[in-house]
Amino acid sequence: MIKSNWKLIKEGLIDGVPIGLGYFAVAFSLGILATKANLTALQGFVASLLCNASAGEYAGFLVIISNASYLQMIIMTLVANMRYLLMSASLSQRCDKDLNIKHRLILSFYITDELFGITIARKGKLNPYYTYGAILPATLMWSLGTAIGIIAGEVLPTRIVSALSVALYGMFLAIIIPPCKEDKRILCLIITSFTLSFLGSYYLPYLKDLSNGTRTIILTIIIASIASIIWPRREDA
Amino acid sequence: MHNPWIYILIMATVTYVIRVLPMILLRKPINNIFIKSFLYYVPYVTLAIMTFPAIIEACESSVAAYISLIVGIIAAYKKVSLIGVASICCLVVLFVESIVL
Repeated sequence: MIKSNWKLIKEGLIDGVPIGLGYFAVAFSLGILATKANLTALQGFVASLLCNASAGEYAGFLVIISNASYLQMIIMTLVANMRYLLMSASLSQRCDKDLNIKHRLILSFYITDELFGITIARKGKLNPYYTYGAILPATLMWSLGTAIGIIAGEVLPTRIVSALSVALYGMFLAIIIPPCKEDKRILCLIITSFTLSFLGSYYLPYLKDLSNGTRTIILTIIIASIASIIWPRREDA
Repeated sequence: MHNPWIYILIMATVTYVIRVLPMILLRKPINNIFIKSFLYYVPYVTLAIMTFPAIIEACESSVAAYISLIVGIIAAYKKVSLIGVASICCLVVLFVESIVL
C-alpha cells in the first residue's frame, strides 16, 4: 500500500472517533430494545456488525419482538433502509469509473448516514482509504454499544433504562428535522406521518390491529407515494 | 418461534443488497421522477412513523416522553448534532421522570 493511503486512513480514523462515540450511545439504546426481542449480547453484536443501520435494526428488532414472518422481516428491512439506496446511488456517482469492485463492495457495506456524510463532504473523486479509517471506530463502537446495551439493559435501574431508550428516537429526530427548515414539503410530510402513525396505532380500524412493523410499511408506502405524486421532485436529492 | 439468527441473517442480507446494488450497477443517474421522489421521501416518512408514538411507549412516564420529543425536535431544528439531540432527549426523560415518578 502506498504511503499516502496510510495518511488517509489516519485522517479517517480521527474523523471516525466522534462518530463512533455517538454511535456507542445510540447503539446502547438499541441494545436495550434488543433485550425485549430476547436477543443475546452476541446476537446483538453480530446484528450490528453486519447491518450497521440504526433505523433498519430498530425496525428489525420490532419484527423479532412481534415474532412476525421472515417475509415481513424482508419487507420491513427494505423500507427502513430505503434511504441507503439513495446514498449508494449518489456515492456511485462520485466513484472513479476504474474504482476496483473490491472497494465498491466494502464501501457499500458501510454506507450509514454519518459515514456517507463525511465521505461525500470531501472534495474530488472518492478515495476509499479515508472512509476505511473512519469505518473502524464507527463499526466497532456501534457493535460493542449494542452488546453492552443488551447486558446493561438487564441490570441497570428502570429509571436509567427509560432515559437511555429515547437516545435512538433523538437520533431519528436529528436526521429528519433539520431538512424541514429548507423544505416545507418535508415538514408537512413529518406532521402527516406523526399524525397518521398516532391515529393508526390507537384509533384507526384495521391499522390499529396490525403489528408495528406492518403498519409502518403500509403507512410509509401510502404517504410517500401520495407525496411523490403531488410533489414530484425534478431536482437531484 | 422463529430463529433469531435467521432473522439477523435476513436483516444483514437485505440491508447489504440495498447498499451494494446502486454502487455496482448504477452507471448513470435515475431519471424516473416518481421513483426519484419516492426514494427521497421514504426515509423521512418512515423515520417519523417509527419515532411517534413509539417514543411515548419507550419511557416509564408518557409526560416525560412528550416533553423529550418536543425538546428533541427543537434541538434538531436548531441543528444540534446527532449525539447532542440524543443526549438532550435522554437527560430530559431522566429529569422529568425524577420529578413525576
